[in-house]
This record gives sequence, structure tokens and C-alpha cells, in this order.
Amino acid sequence: MRLENSTVIEQFADQGDYRRLVLHAPAIAPEVRPGQFVHMRLPAPADAILRRPFSVFRTHADMLEILYKPLGRGTRAMQRLSRGDAVGLLGPLGNGFPMPSPVTVPALVAGGYGMAALYLLARAVRRAGIVFVGGATASDILCVPEFKALGWEVRIATEDGSLGVRGLVTAPLDAWLAADLGDRRPELFACGPNPMLRAVGDRAIAGGWRAWLSVDRSMGCGVGACLTCVQKVRDPAAPDGWTWARVCREGPVFECRDIVWEDGE
Amino acid sequence: MTPTPDLSARIGSLSLRNPVMVASGTFGYGPEYAELVDLERLGAIVVKGICLEPTRGNPPPRTVETPSGLINAIGLPGPGLEGFVREYLPFLRSVPTPVIVNIWGRTVEEYGEVAARLDATDGVHALEINVSCPNIREGSHAFGVRLDSFRRVVETVRARASKPIIPKLAPNVSDIAAFARAAEECGADAISLINSVPAMAVDIETRRPKLANVIGGLTGPAIHPIAVKLVWEAAGAVRIPTIAMGGIVSPADAIEFLIVGAAAVAVGTATFVEPRTAHAVVDGIREYLVRHGLRSVAELTGSLRTGRDPCGG
Repeated sequence: MRLENSTVIEQFADQGDYRRLVLHAPAIAPEVRPGQFVHMRLPAPADAILRRPFSVFRTHADMLEILYKPLGRGTRAMQRLSRGDAVGLLGPLGNGFPMPSPVTVPALVAGGYGMAALYLLARAVRRAGIVFVGGATASDILCVPEFKALGWEVRIATEDGSLGVRGLVTAPLDAWLAADLGDRRPELFACGPNPMLRAVGDRAIAGGWRAWLSVDRSMGCGVGACLTCVQKVRDPAAPDGWTWARVCREGPVFECRDIVWEDGE
Repeated sequence: MTPTPDLSARIGSLSLRNPVMVASGTFGYGPEYAELVDLERLGAIVVKGICLEPTRGNPPPRTVETPSGLINAIGLPGPGLEGFVREYLPFLRSVPTPVIVNIWGRTVEEYGEVAARLDATDGVHALEINVSCPNIREGSHAFGVRLDSFRRVVETVRARASKPIIPKLAPNVSDIAAFARAAEECGADAISLINSVPAMAVDIETRRPKLANVIGGLTGPAIHPIAVKLVWEAAGAVRIPTIAMGGIVSPADAIEFLIVGAAAVAVGTATFVEPRTAHAVVDGIREYLVRHGLRSVAELTGSLRTGRDPCGG
């Protein structure tokens, strides 16, 4: 965990509204493990005081790349960053994904730009696996060429049917689990909205497999002090069998059996 | 050559190497920031609120960012007194920086019990009494905004503890000077203020509160000018030292507090954004003292130039 004044190398538009920001971060970039994140100090607006957390899409030597979509005030201001601008970074943060067991088939499941959080894992795994990605429409299906370049198979679902099969990402996932898997054991790694994570976890529990879920919660300090980003997790020693875990410290990746979902998630 | 100014501060029997602490609830229990912050350069570490038993705090969402501020309703989760002593105090004892433990209870008796047990615990140097957290509904809020219950808490803690005690004042009272005087009369060694300002935010699309607890406490730069005014009024009403907090981001914010009467300050929400803010504030205070030819922080404390009486006379 380090504080670093990084500088913008470049920023460019990806498909749809998505954007990529490439930073020169020689202290942090080489230390990032798959599934970790950085906490970014935005240059503007001045009255948005907190840092913003971003999954690291990929690193290359001293460079660190973030894939994001301008949604709130902070990320809209990020669009104006250009070459040479200074960006304060804190990271790498979080536990990250474990490496898949050598006896399993790694299966990644992504919703929207959840794909960005899974790329470093695919790159770190020495054997090709399979990626399932879902989104509302074709422009939400990101990073497919990058995964294919690693030799991974990519199966796509869109809610409007504009790319891949029509429906949620669980449709191609279920088809694969039912038909193509044979007697191999999958190990699931997922990043996306909570209902998707929960659905992936349900399948892993039913099948007796592991599923590693990267949870997204509103975050404050990023280092475990402010206790904003709490997730309910199983703890047999605690009253009622659960306790709060800090997504920034104990997470963001949890095995699906450890998570206690709330109604409606 | 200009001599190096004296940055030390005194809170009762406690000596601080510099007047800049980290505020309760914004620094965990010490180890959270140990990789990023030089703990030996802090004036004191004020740990998150401790009560007798482990507590879970509120469900999320627990915080919401507002313009220049942060509303929190964390709800004082914590390991409880024994958990704190077992899990965190060994680490804190290894750090050569005074540790001030923020304490709270659901009853006056609980305040007394926590105080007595920490008073007998090595590695705890002073107690800050949280009588004003807006997120505890089981009576704690009332302790800090009513003078009679405030007095009972401070008297009880005083009777059970010989270490320095520091009641933390709520901002939402009609006469802060009266609370400051009551603290002094009940034997407090110092006062600290301000706690967070009761606040609320609503999502207009869903018409739901943005916090699960509905209401919370506002901190950050948004409350700084409110805190400056209250510190001026409170510090002017007592002889015991005042520890000021509320929206410090820069050295200038801390210097403002010192000028209106604070003997020391605490950095809070800014640590979440820039973990080393407290270091920058110490460096900035030193530079300011040199630039203004002042030999000590004490010379700056209460040096506001005004013809007015602090309490409005």
C-alpha cells in the first residue's frame, strides 16, 4: 500500500461511453495483483472530497490502466484529465483474487465493466479458461479482444440481444455448466452487480464448486479506518453467525459461501 | 538564525510533541494507517470510540458524500473494551505516541466502568468522553446536549479515572460556553470540539434517505467555519485547554483554531482523503510560527485580535 503522485500518460474513449485512463505509477503499478484496486484523488470538483476506488484493468511495467464509465460528478470530471496531469493514487488495495486451483477450469463471469477487474487474473493464469460477459447492450461488452488475445474463449450475453445470446450472463454460463463441462471442475471468478454475483454464487454452492466474488460497495478511506464499505459475512463465532467485513481490507473478493446477502440483492 | 519554535502542547498531565492529533473515528485503532502515516510524528492518536461490549454499528449505507463534506452514521461499531485491549493495545503500546481512547456508554454507569478499566490499563494516556455522537440513539445523544446529563457523565468519569479526561462537546447546543464551563467545573482536564453536526441527505429520485440510519453527522471542510466559531466561544469560557477539530484540511485551518483559542487540534475526515494531512499540518504550523516570529504554539493560542469579548459582550 503506497501513496503516489501519478501522471496521466493518455486517456481515450473505449466503445460507448466507456473510457480508458493510462497512468504512470512506477511505485504502485508493479505491485498490483489481480482483483486489487486503487483509490484515486480526483482533481475536480473541489467539493467532492473523497477519493474514488477503481479496479485496475491492467498494468504494464510502470503503467497502470483504468477502465471507467462517467456516471457521477467525480467520474465526469475525470474525463477532462489529459497527458501530464497529476493524479494522486493510493494502492494497491484489497485482497485480490486467489489463483485458480491447478485442477479446475477457471471460468470468469463479468457484468459490464466488471470485465476490467478480471483481465489481470486471466493474464496471470498460465492456462486459458473461459469468460462469460453480460451487459445491457453490445457497447457494454468490453475488453473481448484482450481476453481472446490471451487465448481465452469468450461467451457473450446482452439483454437486448444486440450481441451474443439474448438474456443475462447466467444464460451462457448455465449452458456451459450443463453441457460443455463434462467431468471437469470449474472455479468461478466474478465481478459485476450484486444480483449477478449472487446468481454465480448460488450455482457454485449447488454444484459444490468455489466462486470468488468481487464485491462493490460505496467506499470511504480505502484502508479500513472509516468502516463505510461493510459487507455482511458469515462468522460462526459472532452473534447470529455473521459479522461485518470491510470490503477495502478483507475484500473486495469473498468466497461465495462467506457472503450473507440481504433481501433484494 | 531563528530558533526552532516550540511545538509542544500540554493536556492536563499529558505532554504532546506537537499539537496535531488524529480525531476519533477517522484513524481506526492505529494499525490501519501505519503503512502510510509516520505515527511517531503525530501529537497523539485518538482511537475510535470504545464501550464495554463489542458493537456492530449501523447497516450500510453508512456514509454519504455531500458538498465539501461527509455525513456518517457508522454507529460506533467496535471490539469492546476487552477486544480493544487484546487486539489493538499491544500495537499502540509499541508506538511512542500518546494514545487517547474515546469512550462511550449507553448509561452513565457504563461510562464510569469503561473509564475505570482504561484508567487502570497501561498504554492508555487519556480519555476522550464521547457524549455527543449523533448516531447512538440509546441515550448518548441526550448526554451531550443537556447540561444536567452532561455533568453527570463528566463527574462520573472524573470520579473513576485519574488520567486526563477530555469531554467532546456537541455543536448543536444553544450555549457552548455553558458546556465548556460545566466540563471544567466537573474536573475535566481539557475539552475537545466539535463533534459532527447532525445532518441528513435524501435521494430525490427514490425519496429515500441516503443513510440507512436516516440521520448522521456531518464532517469535513463544510463544518470548519461553524467549528471555528464554537471553539472561539468555548475556549474563551474556560482555563483548561481546548482541542479543536472540524474540517481541518490545511495548516491554515488548524492555525485558525489555534488563534481563536485552541491549544491543540485534531485532523479528521481529511485523513481519509490524504492520509498524511496531520504531518502537513505540523509542518505548516512550524513554518507559520517561524514566519511570524513566534517562539511557541502557546504564543499563538488565543491570540485573536478583536475588541470583542468572546461570549458576545
